[in-house]
Amino acid sequence: MEIAGFVALACGLIIGLGAVGACIGIGIMGGKFIEASARQPELMNALQTKMFLLAGLIDAAFIIGTGIALWFATANPFKG
Amino acid sequence: MSSAGTEVTSSDYIKHHLTHLSSSPQTSLVDFSVIRWDTMFFSVLTGLIVIFLLRAAASKATAGVPGRFQAGVEMLVELVEDQSKSIVHGNRGFIAPLALTVFCWVVVMNAIDLLPVDLFPMLAGLMGIHNLRPLPTADLNATLGMSFGVLILVLYYNLKIKGIGGFLHELVAAPFGTSKNPFFAVLLAIPNFLLNIIEFVSKTVSLGMRLFGNMYAGELIFFLIALLGGAWAGFGVGSVLAFLGHIVAGSIWAIFHVLIVLLQAFIFMMLTLVYIGQAHESH
Repeated sequence: MEIAGFVALACGLIIGLGAVGACIGIGIMGGKFIEASARQPELMNALQTKMFLLAGLIDAAFIIGTGIALWFATANPFKG
Repeated sequence: MSSAGTEVTSSDYIKHHLTHLSSSPQTSLVDFSVIRWDTMFFSVLTGLIVIFLLRAAASKATAGVPGRFQAGVEMLVELVEDQSKSIVHGNRGFIAPLALTVFCWVVVMNAIDLLPVDLFPMLAGLMGIHNLRPLPTADLNATLGMSFGVLILVLYYNLKIKGIGGFLHELVAAPFGTSKNPFFAVLLAIPNFLLNIIEFVSKTVSLGMRLFGNMYAGELIFFLIALLGGAWAGFGVGSVLAFLGHIVAGSIWAIFHVLIVLLQAFIFMMLTLVYIGQAHESH
């Protein structure tokens, strides 16, 4: 199999596996946030700020992986 | 942009847009002789814009009824002040303005991504510059540079508050603790020290790469959406669908990217505050 095929597979794996982790993490965190808002609605605003911060942190590794995968897909450094 | 007589393929277009205006081609992964003029220019330009705007707000500030601009800047300062007050327990005379500067600077730098993709490269082409990447935070050098700055500040505050002896003691005694027995103390010091080094390295690298990854991926999706629009080939069904898709996808992605721009700047500021706040605490 040629290099381009391997690189395409690699990009798919990087993005796919990263997405699995990030989505499950955000889903769990979002569920807890909604639960907490239902129990104590007065804390909703304070928790929302922290939730956005945590969402950014959880997405970090996934988006770093997506950036690297898009770099491989478009300006492939493995040629030749 | 295209070589004479041949068509510009889509991968050529993206490669052209992904090439920096460097002083010399990069020969290895870490090459300190290369300067990327576009990153330097746009980061300094946006820094000057931020300083100019904030200074204009400060010098025209009145104690009476504020205008909208002053009210906006006051809201921003209050937001940063609230966050810094809850995170950093110590003298915040330098740290809170630092957080404000970081937030505003990163927002303005990221906001360059919302301008049309071909705008700056086309203007640069008119002046004879062939490659230009106007977004400084999509360059790993800029974001890692900023997070190295944060690392230097963290080390400075560690040394200032704990003293050199206290800082070195904490390097070998946290998080597993130490013991009176010298043999066990050395045995515990090795994993402690390794964990502390890994903590510093991972905090710095992740801070820089998080901002880079978000902005790079966003910019690349803008390029791909622009390619959709660039696939115009007369009024056929495919072309018109591509054009409509380009408008719809472009609008949706631009709106979502506004959220990402603000969120990533906020996260960078919060993490700067959290890391400096951690330097103020002792175990």
